[in-house]
Amino acid sequence: MNLTLKIWRQKDGRSKGQMVSYKVSEISEHMSFLEMMDVLNEQLVNSGDEPVAFDHDCREGICGMCSMQINGEPHGPDRGVTTCQLHMRMFKDGDTITIEPFRAKAFPVIKDLVVDRTAFERIQHAGGFISVNTSGNTQDANAIPIDKHVADHAMDAATCIGCGACVAACKNASAMLFVGAKVSQYALLPQGQVEATERVLSMVAQMDKEGFGNCTNTGACEIECPKGISLENIARMNREYLKASLKG
Amino acid sequence: MGILSSSIARKVAMALSGLFLVFFLGQHFVINLTSVIASDTFNSWSHFMGTNGLVQGILQPVLIFGVIFHFVMGLVLEIRNRNARAINYKSYNGSANSSWASRNMIISGLVILAFLGLHFYDFWVPEIMYKYIESNPEDATRYFPEVVHKFESPVRTGLYVIAFVLLMLHLWHGFASSFQSVGFNNKYSKALTGFAKVYAIVIPLGFIFIAVYHHFNQLHH
Repeated sequence: MNLTLKIWRQKDGRSKGQMVSYKVSEISEHMSFLEMMDVLNEQLVNSGDEPVAFDHDCREGICGMCSMQINGEPHGPDRGVTTCQLHMRMFKDGDTITIEPFRAKAFPVIKDLVVDRTAFERIQHAGGFISVNTSGNTQDANAIPIDKHVADHAMDAATCIGCGACVAACKNASAMLFVGAKVSQYALLPQGQVEATERVLSMVAQMDKEGFGNCTNTGACEIECPKGISLENIARMNREYLKASLKG
Repeated sequence: MGILSSSIARKVAMALSGLFLVFFLGQHFVINLTSVIASDTFNSWSHFMGTNGLVQGILQPVLIFGVIFHFVMGLVLEIRNRNARAINYKSYNGSANSSWASRNMIISGLVILAFLGLHFYDFWVPEIMYKYIESNPEDATRYFPEVVHKFESPVRTGLYVIAFVLLMLHLWHGFASSFQSVGFNNKYSKALTGFAKVYAIVIPLGFIFIAVYHHFNQLHH
């Protein structure tokens, strides 16, 4: 198929960017979106132009590196997939596809479609962990019985790959689905209880400090999340936060 | 803003003030409905609300505070949320993942606020003038004719109808969403959301019915 691509080009964080149009031809419908971007970049390199910078790593939907706002939606029009899992068969011959970086004040553009998502890492550093002594006396995980449903909910929350699609999709650029998932995966398990109060207060404080917006429950994040993280996690974080605030 | 400085505290405050206003709306609707069913009941209930010390001295100021708080907090959140995305998308397909009502609470909210201005001008200001400024003697039968008189105007009736449609959209998202904000999301959520959605449709439709009824009822006579 032949396509027109309108891509955000920005030299670096300080430069002003703009949308630039490119034509690509003979794109197979079996290609992934990133493979299509590779074709474009080969074309650009061959003609002596600067290739489009975009994030990618595992290319199998696990690492959370690939981003891109495609036709107004993070990771494009398909559901439950990352950009690397998005197939070109989702588009038609002759389509014009708009490709922009994930937009948020907390995700500044580094170059073209690459954004700095270390705000998520700083939120994780603020409390997204448990302190376990691994000096050899660690208790076997199976020695602590956990209800199957609870374990499943924790696992569901833990499938968050931190790609930032929730922030990109949200009209408020809110990171609450990400933080909700990270808080939930520990809040649900006994191992997470020791630091529960401090965790939620610190992570929410860091989230606010980074400049993410507020959740207004539009539900866009849940729909666009490649891992299907549920809004239930935001409610759980709100509960945990209220509980922690009352405890002081 | 001290206790309200965190994003979650603010959304909880928004939800709780919203729930309080939703409760008030239900109460207001029940009283208004009596104006269609039995004018005597409407007069006596209005007389009670207008003269009872607890209602006038405590509940009314609390309600006004609730409205102002909900509005100011909504505006503060809107400004922060707009700032959180300094550069907007060239292409943003919001309807692919969320409802219009949920994305435009500020628009429906501002229309409702403008309506409240008209509503205060129509009823609250004359009421305060009548009772507290001009110190007129209380007449327990004056309320029904006052309401009927207000809805003579097709323009006013039309404006009320438009405002209630926007109120419907505001409640459609806001009422159900408030449970999520206060952390309530469990096996009862579906039923509660269902109730909130029905409430969001029925109450504003009821208000529209009352306004339109009074408008056309007097044309008829």
